[in-house]
Amino acid sequence: MAIVELRDIEKSYTKGRETVDVLTGINLEIDAGDYLALMGPSGSGKTTLLNMIGGIDHPTSGSVVVGGESLNGMSGRALARWRSRNVGFVFQFYNLLPVLNARRNVELPLLLTKLSGKQRKKNADTALEIVGLGDRASHKPGELSGGQQQRVAIARAIVADPALLVCDEPTGDLDRDTAEEILDLLAILNREHGKTIVMVTHDPKAADHASHVLHLDKGRLSGDAS
Amino acid sequence: MSGVGLVWSNLFRKKVRTVLTLLSVLVAFVLFTMLRSVAVAFDSGGFGPAGVDRLQVSPKFSIIDPLLISQLREVERVPGVAAVTHADWFGGIYQDSRNFFPKFPVSPKSYFEMFSEFAIDPDQLEAFQNTRTGAVAPAGMAARFGWEVGDKIPIEGDIYPKLDGSRLWEFDLVGTYLHGDRRDETGSGVFLFHYDYFDEAKQFGQGQVGWLTVRVEDPEQAAEVASAIDALFENSLNPTRTATEDEAQREFARQQGDIGLMTTGILAAVFFTILLLTGNTMAQSLRERVPELAVLKTFGFTDGSVALLVLAEAVLLGVVGGALGVGLGTLAMMAIEPQLQQFFGLIEVTWPVVASALGIALLLGLVVGSVPALTARRLSIVDALRAR
Repeated sequence: MAIVELRDIEKSYTKGRETVDVLTGINLEIDAGDYLALMGPSGSGKTTLLNMIGGIDHPTSGSVVVGGESLNGMSGRALARWRSRNVGFVFQFYNLLPVLNARRNVELPLLLTKLSGKQRKKNADTALEIVGLGDRASHKPGELSGGQQQRVAIARAIVADPALLVCDEPTGDLDRDTAEEILDLLAILNREHGKTIVMVTHDPKAADHASHVLHLDKGRLSGDAS
Repeated sequence: MSGVGLVWSNLFRKKVRTVLTLLSVLVAFVLFTMLRSVAVAFDSGGFGPAGVDRLQVSPKFSIIDPLLISQLREVERVPGVAAVTHADWFGGIYQDSRNFFPKFPVSPKSYFEMFSEFAIDPDQLEAFQNTRTGAVAPAGMAARFGWEVGDKIPIEGDIYPKLDGSRLWEFDLVGTYLHGDRRDETGSGVFLFHYDYFDEAKQFGQGQVGWLTVRVEDPEQAAEVASAIDALFENSLNPTRTATEDEAQREFARQQGDIGLMTTGILAAVFFTILLLTGNTMAQSLRERVPELAVLKTFGFTDGSVALLVLAEAVLLGVVGGALGVGLGTLAMMAIEPQLQQFFGLIEVTWPVVASALGIALLLGLVVGSVPALTARRLSIVDALRAR
């Protein structure tokens, strides 16, 4: 069953007097539990497509349905609520809050829930255990390595138990060995925890971990290389 | 962690910057608390509770103009007047100009009858009345300067020289009195001495007094009595302005200068500076974490809740700084109040001053935080993450 359905997606923006087409005629279905890698050169529209799937960008035309809900007509507030329940985000530069320790960073998305403080803490600790950082809960981002920070970011992405993880170059800022650890962790989340993962990457070795790979070039999907 | 915890943590991401900003807000509110308290004391006259049945008859145009002792006799005859006494501003320096305290020449018996709330030993009052060079001081003042009954108190007459050209006035302390209020603790109040001695020994201005104090038979008729007194002297060389004691104290304060306007001017300048300083801090803090705010939005924080987080930081900074400033200002006021009291009367940090300080602190936070909050609200996730 498809968790993500994109139909006839077009995305363009105006730069001065010029109209730039970012995505053209995108049709895509991603099944629940899939692990998809989106590859392509810079400026090919990978991140734009990922942002649409994650509900943080809108198409110029076409429909976006994720988890059975159409995102097209949703207000900003409804989209925010939807994201909090359905999507986890992992970024290239981790984007952790430097003033909060690992546990509190992971706990952030749970502030939007009705969970008690005690339950939030417990869930955050569980998420940190899953990513192998149970013993680093009280460390601030500045006291952690790049790989550890990305693990905290992944824990933050899964703490609210979303069905879908969108990852934008999650290993782009890491060395090869650490990147492999992160990719292994994502594979475990996909395989053992049933998370659907959509990952944008430049790195063919990273894409090898996915079950499907799609290429984007000049805003068009060029085929499935799975 | 709660939302407040998040706000607090964000506020202290740059500790030194936040502490310095907090200190500047704090200092502004210390100033506010102290200056407003002085202005309030000044505006209210500040010299203790006024009698509801007392009127003060002052020179119409200026406090430096005199009235005549003969006018007292005429006021006594105005219907509705129960009693009249008089006093004058002597000025004078005791040892050092920093030892300032008011000194009034009075008629002992009528003065203490008029101000019946002052407590004095009857024997000492009698001694005061019977000793031409006699004087009585507030008990707290006597304790402050180490005076004892029987001491000679030398005062240098800076306004009034004596007939022989000397400026040294010597008074025999024959008693002490109590006000029955906080002045007894702080050692302030008025040093009183015999008018007859003063009038006889001064080089000029014989038969003159500074003002009259009138007790009316019925406080409800005070306005009519006041009008009648002023009508009596309307076309004389010494016209009067009669008002309730409370109003007269305020009028006296106003003639020293518009302290309220001055303090408002100073505080406006201070708060304008603080507004710019704090506003810059908040704007800088926002610029530094645009991607973080965008990330919060990706988790599902709405535009409004992110704006609220930013606004709450500014409000917290303002209110914490304001509250600490008011607390510190109150302590500072308590420490220096005894020294200021001689110039401004009783000064207290009143609840309205505290409430207005906290209200301004809240307003400061809202004004300073509104622009960054609006920016955070409008922040596009895609643009902010791309800028990273």
